[in-house]
Amino acid sequence: MLQAESIQKSVRVVAFIGNPNTGKSSLFNALCGMNARVGNYPGVTVEQKVGRLSGTTNLIDVIDLPGTYSLAARSADEAVAVNVLSGELPQQARPEVAIVILDAANIERNFYLFSQIYELGLPVIVVLNMWDRVTSEGLTVDAELLSQRLGVPVVCTSANKRQGIDQLRKTIEHTLNAPAPMPQPGQLARTMFPAAFHLESKLLSEWLEAKGRKPSTSQVDRLLIDSDGHFQKTLCQSGLSDIAERIDEARTRLQSAGCKVPMFETKARYAWVRKLIDGAVVRQESRSASPSDRIDRWLTHRWVGMLVFVLIMFLVFQSITLFAKLPMDGIQWLQAQASSGVEAVLSPGALRSLIVDGILAGVGGVIVFLPQIAILFLFIAILEDCGYMARAAFVMDKIMTTVGLSGKSFLPLMSSFACAVPGIMATRTIESRKDRMVTLLIAPLMSCSARLPVYILMVAAFVPATRYAGGWISLQGMVLMLMQSLGALVAIPVAWILKKFFFPGEPATFLMELHSYKWPSLIVIYQRVWERLVAFVVRAGTLIFCTSILVWAAAYFPGDHRSLDQSVATLEQLNSTRAEWIKNQVSQPQSDERSTMEASLAENQTAIDEAQEQVNRQRSQLIESSFLGSVGHYIEPAVKPLGWDWKIGVAVIASFPAREVIIATLGTIYSLGSEQDEESQGLQKQMQMAEWPDGKLVFNLATALSIMVFFALCAQCSATLMTIRRETNSWRWPIFSFAYMTTLAYIGAWLTYQCFRYWS
Amino acid sequence: MTLPNIRLDELGQGESAIIVEIIGEDVVASRLMEMGLIEEEPISMVGRAPMGDPTEYAVRGYRISLRKNESTRVIVRKEC
Repeated sequence: MLQAESIQKSVRVVAFIGNPNTGKSSLFNALCGMNARVGNYPGVTVEQKVGRLSGTTNLIDVIDLPGTYSLAARSADEAVAVNVLSGELPQQARPEVAIVILDAANIERNFYLFSQIYELGLPVIVVLNMWDRVTSEGLTVDAELLSQRLGVPVVCTSANKRQGIDQLRKTIEHTLNAPAPMPQPGQLARTMFPAAFHLESKLLSEWLEAKGRKPSTSQVDRLLIDSDGHFQKTLCQSGLSDIAERIDEARTRLQSAGCKVPMFETKARYAWVRKLIDGAVVRQESRSASPSDRIDRWLTHRWVGMLVFVLIMFLVFQSITLFAKLPMDGIQWLQAQASSGVEAVLSPGALRSLIVDGILAGVGGVIVFLPQIAILFLFIAILEDCGYMARAAFVMDKIMTTVGLSGKSFLPLMSSFACAVPGIMATRTIESRKDRMVTLLIAPLMSCSARLPVYILMVAAFVPATRYAGGWISLQGMVLMLMQSLGALVAIPVAWILKKFFFPGEPATFLMELHSYKWPSLIVIYQRVWERLVAFVVRAGTLIFCTSILVWAAAYFPGDHRSLDQSVATLEQLNSTRAEWIKNQVSQPQSDERSTMEASLAENQTAIDEAQEQVNRQRSQLIESSFLGSVGHYIEPAVKPLGWDWKIGVAVIASFPAREVIIATLGTIYSLGSEQDEESQGLQKQMQMAEWPDGKLVFNLATALSIMVFFALCAQCSATLMTIRRETNSWRWPIFSFAYMTTLAYIGAWLTYQCFRYWS
Repeated sequence: MTLPNIRLDELGQGESAIIVEIIGEDVVASRLMEMGLIEEEPISMVGRAPMGDPTEYAVRGYRISLRKNESTRVIVRKEC
């Protein structure tokens, strides 16, 4: 205990800060490995990522601060970055060193943020990341000279190639252990601010001190420069109500003195940066367009650009259905092996049922989707890393503005096609709160990977396997693609309505950096895909596992399973006898014994069929009398207009924690005991044979489409709702999401069923 | 020879100009300035998105995408 405490105390904290898209996360992963602790900053809804620096003698924690262009905080993310660096965030130790990550190929603009951080009074390390781009972009950068001029260490790294990482690690340790040289006041960019501003800053500082506050110089600067800025709001909330008035007076005086706020700051800082990099950063001006510009001419071309965009999206979704099959079959095979292994050891009863039908079926039926998620995130990671994702936002911006959003909403929405949870979290990059809220509320409509198994199951079982164009285009694939796009299509009017009636206002600014194209880095792609897979497995391991157990219990209890267990035991006995006979038959190939054997085998087959039928009958009786069955019967009138029987109703209710659970539930309801996944022939067959009491088939094309439409639009995912709750910090929005999506889903499913019921 | 001032969005493909001023004091204006769009800075138009908006510009050695409602805030002068 004492030892743990002393270790706790000796942990040093440093922070990573930089513009967005400077390879900050890759550098973080390279330094800390993949074991970052992800949580929220105390009291705010901004994600906190902390990692332990590997390979150092000291224990050093690295905080990965949200990317920002400026310390003039406008979004919640930027406010957190500023607060952590100035030690203003409660329960969060102020970092001892600020490690400023700059894009080496875009030094001038990146040094703007540095000029602000330099004034915070923290030891600083400059990291010129993406160093490998410097030569390819026709730049020469003298890092040594920059280091001399600034008086701080400058380290060159290429995180995606793992270059310069050791150097950075050593520099961090060295800076922590040696008293770091602090920047001289004369070196700071604020010395280039006009004299009138320095006077006002001094006056305001004294005024605040008289009120018992002790803000730093850079905080006073921010108060004066940022109109209604985040620090002003903090002071206002802490009881300093007349601060706004005081600042307004100061601004008026500055204005009359010819000091234009906020322009003078950017002007002074960029002039400072120019002076700093003069002679140290040389750009070879070329008259011809760069290769990246030439690629861009096509990828953002009026027609070619759109065509490329559509083709890439087509490729992504076709690949999921194409390449995921083999690994999925492998996982299913493993699950079947595990189930039969358990069945061989345990006799029929509650424990075996729990393990095979609850645990193995529930978790296994979820892990089976890992290949699909991996493929989708592989594409997203490649597109992001090579630079196309920003072009996709650029190309799509105009369309997004028609629903009142920006191209920046494209990325979170695109991510939501894999899972709405990371998609909703990615909305943090949207500066405008209104845009962010709308994006966050429509993100769950995007077809996530959890819907895919539902579609695959329904499509494989009920959509004819017709092929067109010489077998290249399948009807099943077309329906799959339509279902994948349905949510996105519905999201358009939903976004428009939300924007119009719930979040009216001007569209957000759309200043976006377009990086040069580059070859994607394998290590970066591997890390992104791995992170998503781990996140999914963790979620599957907890939420879905619990649901599986609950659903299993609801379907198992109450009910006397003794006679069923008896029947199952009889059936298994018959089956093993048969297997033994067949083995003997192979070893005794004589023809006279063979005919008697065949007769007994036929007899045995009849007995097996009878036993199987009895097992099925007893199972369906037990489920119907279970808790789940009662609920299902109770809601049947409500779901009958959608073409559903009570079993489908039960499966939909049970899938509230996560959509993919419906497969496991349907499997449990239709045949407790067989492996349940979207491609299991057994489940497909049982669904195809399911009947209403009057003998009509429950499932046909209309029912299948109605279920798919319902799942395309519903909010059956507690993880998504919990994420919305966390991101909006209110129960209002998850409840709103659930209500509006379920209403849409019900209406959509009803319309679909009514349209197709006569046709099929 | 200096031509009369125009708005940045009026710049044609491949044309260059010098920034004269950024109109306004709001968030849009200060963000534009933070991104390096400052008076006396050269800027050139790289290309428009397929649907005509936004537009890609080159400034301070990097590429930035601006919407029309942002680029109209930037006054530039073309130089021959």
